Parts: sequence; C-alpha cells; structure tokens
Amino acid sequence: MTELLEIKDLDVDFPTRRGTVHAARRVNLKVSPGEVLGLVGESGAGKSTIGNAIIDLLEAPGQVSAGSILFEGEELRGRSEAEMRRVRGGRIGMIFQDPQTSLNPLMTVGAQLVETIQKTSDLRGAKADERAVELLEQVGITEAKARLKAYPHQFSGGMRQRVVIALALAGDPDLIIADEPTTALDVSIQAQILDLIKQLCRDRDLGVIIVTHDIGVIANIADRVAVMYRGEVVETGDVAQILGAPQHQYTKSLIAAVPRADRKLERFSSVDYIEGGTQPFRRIDIQSHWLGQSLRKRTTGTAIEVENLNLSFVLQKALLKQNRKMLKAVDTVSFTVAEGETFGLVGESGSGKSTVARLITGLYRPDSGLIRVIGQDVSSRPKSADARAARRAVQMIFQDPYSSLNARMRVLDIVAEPIRFYRLTDSEAETRSIVGDLLDHVGLGARAALRYPHEFSGGQRQRISIARALASRPRILICDEPTSALDVSVQATILNLLKDLQQELGLTMLFISHDLPVVRQMCDRIAVMRNGSICEVSDTETLFSAPEHAYSRHLLDLMPRMDLLGEA
Amino acid sequence: MSQDQFEDRPTTRWQRFKDNDIVWSFLQSPGAMIAAAITVISILACVFAPLIAPFDPFDPSQISLWDGKLPPSWSEGGQSKYLLGTDNQGRDMLSTILYGGRLSILVGLAAVCLGMVLGVTLGVVSGYLGGITDAVIMRIADVQLTIPGILLAILINGIGRAALPLELREEFAIYVVIIAIGLTDWPQFARVARGATMVEANKEYVQAARIIGLPGWLIMLRHILPNTLRPVLVIATIGLALAIIAEATLSFLGQGIPPTTPSLGTLIRVGNEYLFSGLWWITFFPAIALVVLVFAVNLLGDWMRDALNPKLR
Repeated sequence: MTELLEIKDLDVDFPTRRGTVHAARRVNLKVSPGEVLGLVGESGAGKSTIGNAIIDLLEAPGQVSAGSILFEGEELRGRSEAEMRRVRGGRIGMIFQDPQTSLNPLMTVGAQLVETIQKTSDLRGAKADERAVELLEQVGITEAKARLKAYPHQFSGGMRQRVVIALALAGDPDLIIADEPTTALDVSIQAQILDLIKQLCRDRDLGVIIVTHDIGVIANIADRVAVMYRGEVVETGDVAQILGAPQHQYTKSLIAAVPRADRKLERFSSVDYIEGGTQPFRRIDIQSHWLGQSLRKRTTGTAIEVENLNLSFVLQKALLKQNRKMLKAVDTVSFTVAEGETFGLVGESGSGKSTVARLITGLYRPDSGLIRVIGQDVSSRPKSADARAARRAVQMIFQDPYSSLNARMRVLDIVAEPIRFYRLTDSEAETRSIVGDLLDHVGLGARAALRYPHEFSGGQRQRISIARALASRPRILICDEPTSALDVSVQATILNLLKDLQQELGLTMLFISHDLPVVRQMCDRIAVMRNGSICEVSDTETLFSAPEHAYSRHLLDLMPRMDLLGEA
Repeated sequence: MSQDQFEDRPTTRWQRFKDNDIVWSFLQSPGAMIAAAITVISILACVFAPLIAPFDPFDPSQISLWDGKLPPSWSEGGQSKYLLGTDNQGRDMLSTILYGGRLSILVGLAAVCLGMVLGVTLGVVSGYLGGITDAVIMRIADVQLTIPGILLAILINGIGRAALPLELREEFAIYVVIIAIGLTDWPQFARVARGATMVEANKEYVQAARIIGLPGWLIMLRHILPNTLRPVLVIATIGLALAIIAEATLSFLGQGIPPTTPSLGTLIRVGNEYLFSGLWWITFFPAIALVVLVFAVNLLGDWMRDALNPKLR
C-alpha cells in the first residue's frame, strides 16, 4: 500500500547572518492512513520545522534545501503558492498550539467555519451552514447550531481547540498535522482533545502527525514515534518499543528523565545526553560555609502556618462595593508546613495555587486570615525586626526563567543583590567569593558570574534563580512551577538539584505544580486545590494510592498513561 | 538550534561590537548612516565653532557695520572672506550659523534632558505605584497634552521672564527657554516610561527583588529604570528635533534667545525682516541649517525606533 506521506532525506536550513542553521538533517518519515505518528523532541530539535516544511509554511529565512516530500505519491516540493494553498486547506489540515490565537476574535465561529468550507468545497449558503453544524457536532460541541453565532471568546480553551480541529476537518483532509495541540490546555481538557483526535483518525482513516515535547501525550495517542534530536531523527519505531525498550542513547536518557507517576524514586536518573549544567562543579561543604550559617538557627516545628486565608481580585471596577465583580482567588485556605518538609500544592490553572505562594512571600496582602512564617505573623506589613527577618527567610523560584532575571544585570550582581543589600558579608571580596561558591554549587561554575542572563539557556537561568534565592540564606523555598517551562531532561537535573539543596540545607519547600508525576517525586505531603480552596491534604503516597476527594481522583485519572515505560 | 551550530563566534572587542544586532542593523541601513553622519558633523561643527568659524560674531572688534548686508561670496558684490555673506550688523553668516547652531543644539539637548528626567521619573513612579499617585500624575499629563505645546512654552517663557528682574532677563533668557521647553516636553516621556514600567513591574525579576525585600525606590532605580530606557531613548531623539524646532519657533516669535547672542531661530527672524528687501541669504542659510539638522536627527530617531522594536525586525 502506498504511504499517505513520505519524507525522504529532508534538509531544512535557516541561513542567518551568523551562518546557516541546519534545522533538519536527512529526515525520513512515513505516515499511513489511520495512523498517528508522534514526532517528539525537546525545544530546538526541529520537530515543528518538519511540520511547517510539509505544508510549505516555514518561517523566513527557512528553506527546504534537499530531499523530497511525497504526499500520496506526489511531490509537494516546488509547488506554486496557489497549489500549496489548495493542499493546505483541502488535503492537509493543521492544528496549532494556542487556540487563543488560531481563531479570529472578530468573526463568529460559524463564519470562520463557513469561510473555510466555501474555500474547500462548492457548498454554499444553507448547505455550508449545515456542514458547519455537522463539523462542530463531530468534534463534540453540543448545541452546535446555536454556537455558530458565538464568538471565540465565548468558548473555553478546550472548546476553542475543538473548533480549531473542526476547521482543520472542514476541507475533508487526508492528513492532519497537530503542532503541540494540547500544550496550552489543562490536563483534563488535554485528555479529551487527544481522545477526539485519535477517534477522528480511526473513524475517517486519517493520517495524523502529532508534534509534541510531552512523552505523556505520545504514550496516550501515538501508534508510531519518531524521536528528534538536533534536527535529526535518531530513532523511529512503535510506541511500545520506543517507550519500553529505546535503542538510541538519547531516547534512553529522554525517557529516563520523564517523571514517573506510578512510584517514587529517590532521584531522577541522570541524563547524560544533554549539554551544559551536568559537568561536576566543586561543591562546597555546607556545614562550615557561610551559606550554612542559618542552619544553626533551626528549630523543630512549623515553618509555615496559614489560617483561613482569603483574597479576592476585583474583576470589574465600580464605585459602589456591591456593584464590583470580584473573583475569590483564595477562599478560606488553611494548612501548615513542618520544618524541613516538602509540601506540594497542585491544581489546574486558575485554582489559586500561585496566589497562595504570592501571599506567603508578601507580594500580595490577604483580605483576611493569618500567615505565620517560623512563628512570626507576616500577614500585614511586617513591623518588628523578627517579622522582617522571617519574611526574608522565604525566597521564591519562578516559573519563567526568561523573565525572572533582570537582563541588564550581570549574574554576579543578580546573585549578590541580597548579600549586598543586607550586608551579610564583611567585604566585597567575600561577597564575590560567596557568589562564586553559590554558582559552583548550583552547577553553573563561578565563571558564569561575569556574564549576562541572555547568554544562558533556560535550565541554566533557573540555576541562577536558585543561586539568587539561596543568597538570602532562606529557610523556606517556594518553587512556583520551577520546571514547567523546561525540557524534560533539563527538568530532571533541576529537580535533582532542588532535592540535594533541600537535604543539605534542611530547607522547607513549598512546591507548586500542575504536573502530578513531578509532585509525586518531590513532595512529602500534598494539598489539592480547586477554585481557590483546598479539597484535600494528605501524604503523597496516600493521595496517589487512595485519594479521598472526588476531584483528586478525577485529577489522578487524567494523568497520562505511563505503563508503556519500561523499568528504568 | 544550539550555539555551536553557528560558525565561529567573533572574539575581538571590535568584532563583538559589530556583532551586536543594533550595530548590525545600523550598518545595514544607509539612511541611518547618512543621518548619523550629518548629525555628528553638525554637532561637532557647532561644538568646535570657535575653532572652525572664520569670525567670532560676539567680538565687536571683528564686526564692521561697513560690511553689513553683503551677499554670499559667489554672487555679485560678495566678498571672498564672507562665504555666505553677512547679516544686517556685518556679522559673517557662516560664523553666526555655527555659533547659533551651537546655541540651538545646546538648548535642545538641555531641554530634552530636563523633560526626560522629569518625565521618566514621574512615569516610572506612576507606573510602579499605581493607584492615586498614578491617577494624579497622568491626569496632569493629560491636561497638559490638551494645550498646544508651543503655546504652553510661550506661557511658561513669559512667566519666567516676567519673574526675573529686568537686568537679568537677557542673561537668563537661555535658561528660561530651556525650562519652558523641558516643562512642555515631559508628558511624552512620562507616558512612555509609565507604559514600559507597567510591563516590567509585572515581570518575575521585579517580584524576586520585592521578595528579597528591596525598597521600592531601589527596585525602580536599579531594576525597572534600566529596562525602560530603550523606548525612552527613541522618544528622546525625536524629542531633540522637536525641542530644536521649539526653540527656533520661540526665538522666531521674539520670545526666545535675544538677538545679541543669536540662535538659529533668532537668525531666521532677523533675516525675515530683510527678506523683502532682497537680502535672502540672512534667513535662507540658517533655515537650511535648521532643516538639515532636524531632518537628520529625525531620521536617526526613526531608524532607532525600528531597530529597537523587535516586532518590526
């Protein structure tokens, strides 16, 4: 049988002023009808480039420099723009990552669907409307007829992605290319969308290429997998073989780095196939070092106490109180974190978990309720010196490594800022040597001190963030999704570093994440949050084996299936 | 697409400088280079006017009324030592333009600096603190923007002069003009700085600084201010051109720099009185100098806006 799509020896180049970047090299791929091919790789691996090359939508200055793309046996390279447009609309459908931006906010959903239908078929008027309703029903949107007149903002994120899928189906394509179709969505919606894509693929005998960085997505949906690394396909095979018995060294380390949901491991197995950050740097002896001086002050007891915390945001301003529209971001939240414990806060986006973190650090002030840090009340503006010291003992690591460092400061000045401001050392020379030690300790090397943040990768920046947090000699570290912007292999090294630091320094950690497998690896106890309030607090193992609250069970059910993974 | 796929990275300081994206964009844009050359040459010529100019127009011993109203050297009746002719008082036009340009650029720069310091300070404070502070500052800016700039400058200028004792007016006229233009300018800077501040203040590095416990003024000064300067610099360049024009306008209206120490605007005004007597050169050459200078500075500002805006690249 002929392949639906066959890519042979494809090279994609991006000529830049600093030389040519080979985004894809000698790539060979095949997709049959009714098959889902997963294209997996980390950022910069060239996986999206392949998807874009197939439909001739490479961003300038990218170009296909060699190889061929055969679609149903016909060459797609060298087609005119008009011919490619017909192929794109009619025979190959695209689903993009962000449903916010792939729909036109000024057109009704119906109008967008009808426009695409009219472009790709000769249905007009009422018939086109009927077809639009049919498409919406196929992607699982109820009351489709009424929804045609709705604008995209009236739909939720998952519904919008369904509309995008309906648009991709409008031309009755044979192949669908989905570029990170669920990355911008919550887990519960992710599962639904993946099911939908899989079902469409079976029912209509479509070929599907799913481009993703998420092994969980691959495990759930793909039949075959191609693993990409630096522009090359290093391994292709059945999903069971790739995940269960990977052959290539890169695939092995990539799979080993995926956090497991099924059991707790001491450490993530070290990933030996990535550059930067893994070479061993001199580690300091914490006990005798400046950094360890706060250790002596340790008491056994409660690190964080939160009682009946409330915070509302004003959604719509009004002069009169009763006319204001408020959102209860945090609703009577209470929990305690013991000294030296890692406490997890999990929930979907909008559940209020980051808001709780910002309340504890003092970035927001609560409407009511009590926050005690190491026995000191910090819920209002701290008055006593003790309260100020308590607040300083809480430091935070942020989600986005690109915006959490001031681009105009050297790494030295970023890390030294708290040391200098609080005069924690006697001399500038001591400060510099401590910054050097810190950078060594987080695995960057002291030489990083004189460089600027933009010279580092995401994972390295997160290490700088950690060094900065440590420079205040904190006793409590709040990690707000510290790895969700990072690739899995980098994530594993950062999580290992956090674990090490916690053990050495006896830090208390508040670990915030939406990623249940990660939370399972990191936390002793977990609180599940939904709509601003806590559903359940229990030990990690209890939560994963016997969740009490219905919502916890729901979240656990949605975790990506990992049973294909072998014993790593 | 990692770094090592790129060809060898330049190593020397000069090569690294050339490697900078903004420098690169500059070297790719002939318009920007010409504009920069004209701007730099004009500024240098004016700064070094005492060394370049054939005469010192402020030295009475070098001026002779007998040489007044001479046409440029190439036309009939012109003298070779007065290349662009002389004005009504017998001053060499070329020297007077150089000295006048010096004053114009000085006033322009000082006024922009004043407006920038005032506007950026208020803008950053306004954007960072928000609330009532923000509302008060920005409403003042809004009200000021409803009044045409030049009218406001005339008003401030007039009040400034009236407040000074008679004998100091000539001496302090230049400072009054600087303050008048600077005070007119600040809302533009405040708006841009406020917008940039509101973007930066929500970024996580500012939150990190707050968690460290740095006081607000230090966060604004050390973290936010340096990150808002790009758009401010663009406004400042275009503002410089506008300030030079504002000074020329004030002087042309007789509200600015007195004729004894002429700026370009004063020269154009003086020349204007003689225009219908056929003495075109007294007003023509200063006007050309003004247009070229302002045009070059504006081109430079336009290029900078595009080069510093990643969305347009």
